[in-house]
Amino acid sequence: MKRAVLLTMLAVLFVLGGCSAPQHRWKLTDVRGHLPDLAFTLTDDTGRVVDAHAFRGKLVLLYFGYTHCPDVCPLTLTHLHVLMQRLGPLADRTRVLFVSVDPARDTPALLHAYVNAFDPHITGLTGTPAQIEALAKRYRVAYNRGPTLPGGGYEVAHSAGIYIFDDRGRARLLATDADPISAIAHDVRVLLGAAP
Amino acid sequence: MLALAAALLASPAFAAAITVQKPWVRWLPAGLPAAGYATLVNGSDTPVSLVGARSPDYGSVMIHRSLDRGGMERMVMVNAIPVPPHSRAALAPGGYHLMLMQPRHAIRPGMRVSVRFEFSDGSTIDVAMPVRPANASG
Ligand SMILES: [Cu+2]
Repeated sequence: MKRAVLLTMLAVLFVLGGCSAPQHRWKLTDVRGHLPDLAFTLTDDTGRVVDAHAFRGKLVLLYFGYTHCPDVCPLTLTHLHVLMQRLGPLADRTRVLFVSVDPARDTPALLHAYVNAFDPHITGLTGTPAQIEALAKRYRVAYNRGPTLPGGGYEVAHSAGIYIFDDRGRARLLATDADPISAIAHDVRVLLGAAP
Repeated sequence: MLALAAALLASPAFAAAITVQKPWVRWLPAGLPAAGYATLVNGSDTPVSLVGARSPDYGSVMIHRSLDRGGMERMVMVNAIPVPPHSRAALAPGGYHLMLMQPRHAIRPGMRVSVRFEFSDGSTIDVAMPVRPANASG
């Protein structure tokens, strides 16, 4: 209701002003109020049991994937590495959480080697199938294991969204593979209260 | 005899229709499957497809394609990558790639791995593919 009133006011201002289109604050999809706060209990890539409170105080970028994913997951993690480089000192106020959708193969040690090959600001998380499913369901993330391939491997199809939480654990923005790194960098800077 | 061999090699039937450009492999730790990329350029008048790949450095090599279907990322096996006449096809992150599995020895960034590309016209090309770090942009 408030939103409708606001939009009407903006429309009136827009017509009266005859000015250029209003500046949108976010370049990514605003999910504030539409998704629950960050909450989970998982095991991190050092083998420690952690919950979401361990990451309060940092802006969190949450992404689901698995280590036996040689193409798309590395592409996204490389984009996030470039993002961290662009953020400079602000990178230390953020944390990327890479949650495995393949806990059968993704041990903490394997996740540790994998995420650190991309960037030191990434934490790998794994857990029991039920713990991972609980977090995925919370953000409507789907994944499913494909058939066993010759050689015994398998792939895990998974949603590719990057969920962004503010330093109080509130869901704020959703990025996709299609969003340029510059858009993510812009919105992360704004969320951190820095100049975009 | 040498002259004959040279003439045969230079004749259109033996000239490689395809060249493999900008090859590279994205390194991953712990012997995880790695992806190989390249651009295939077909300089001939006939369509040619990449139909296979093998490597002395890996136990298994497959041609894969990553697909985004309704927000779901998945990988499928493909039998061939077509390269139309006077055109090119890219094996690039987020699309077609070589899936390099079961490394036969420790592989590190900075090394080169050898991959034989096999084409539908029966030709093969051996390519030394540079191995780049996991977070390389290309
Ligand atoms: Cu693959």
